[in-house]
Amino acid sequence: MTRLVRSRLARAAMAPALAFGLVAAQPTRQAPPLPDSVVEARTTALAASLRCPVCQGLSIQDSPSELAQQMRSLIREQVASGKTDADVRDYFLSKYGEFILLEPRARGFNLLAYLLPVAVLVTGALVVGWNVRRWTRPSEPAPHGGEPPAA
Amino acid sequence: MNWKRSAIAAAVAAPFIVLLAYGLTKDPREIPSPLPGRQAPDFALEVFLPGEGTMARSVGDTVSLAALRGKVVVLNFWASWCLECITEHQDLSLAARQLSGKPVQFVGVLYNDVVDAGRRWVAERGGEAYPALNDPGARVAIDYGLYGVPETFVIDPSGRVAYKHTGPIWAGLLTAKVDSILAAASGPQGQ
Repeated sequence: MTRLVRSRLARAAMAPALAFGLVAAQPTRQAPPLPDSVVEARTTALAASLRCPVCQGLSIQDSPSELAQQMRSLIREQVASGKTDADVRDYFLSKYGEFILLEPRARGFNLLAYLLPVAVLVTGALVVGWNVRRWTRPSEPAPHGGEPPAA
Repeated sequence: MNWKRSAIAAAVAAPFIVLLAYGLTKDPREIPSPLPGRQAPDFALEVFLPGEGTMARSVGDTVSLAALRGKVVVLNFWASWCLECITEHQDLSLAARQLSGKPVQFVGVLYNDVVDAGRRWVAERGGEAYPALNDPGARVAIDYGLYGVPETFVIDPSGRVAYKHTGPIWAGLLTAKVDSILAAASGPQGQ
């Protein structure tokens, strides 16, 4: 009986250590290979966000050029090897600079591309609203019950 | 009242005009490369044309950037289908011969082409002063952020990209760049 209790206590004491050991062992364990459909979907999404360097405004996904195809296969390899989307994008950024991104990152000077249309839209709405109010304002004198002019 | 409206219109239009004027100062065809100043990506590519003199390498050998540490490396991307590569071919060979006594290695990397076509192209132009390497799948080209051919990278003895040239390069510019890198490397600051 006491032996049973002791062994249970020992197991209970070991549990956190075992759990920690398992957690600690996680990163070193080989990640299971991604299913082909996942690799393909992520490759397509990444290729659609990167600009083909030898084309006019086409993504790597849309371009039939040889370089775009080679870049696509490189993306596929990197995704299959366990790299994250950010890793893949950073790789191409480090080689080609911001030009490789079809959508500029929303920071620094690039912010203008995002803020300017909103600013123009808001300014336009204010101008239209102001004019509509002016046009629809009744041109007659003040309605009955209003204060008579002081003079 | 009219002056007030004009002032508002001018105040709204001014930032746009400034922005457009700034845009006009930029060359839309110029794409800045992030590579100059950074460590050059390593490569190990097979030789398919040997070159000549001190820069020669045996066909079938592998040339790696890591093994060229301590030398200035001139890395030129070219193709037999590239018209501008014809223009610079003589200049590259001339510069390679002029610099052959110095710690400099020229290498030509064939970009998206067939090796036989590359061999024929070089033979038709009377040979090449430096070895030609094959880059299957354009992996090294992508690693160097290549937009097209010709493009030339000058890598300093420590393995840093010192200069990138887009389009055909000429002998005078190339030898001047290499000489200035060698001078900087041999000076007290470069040690």
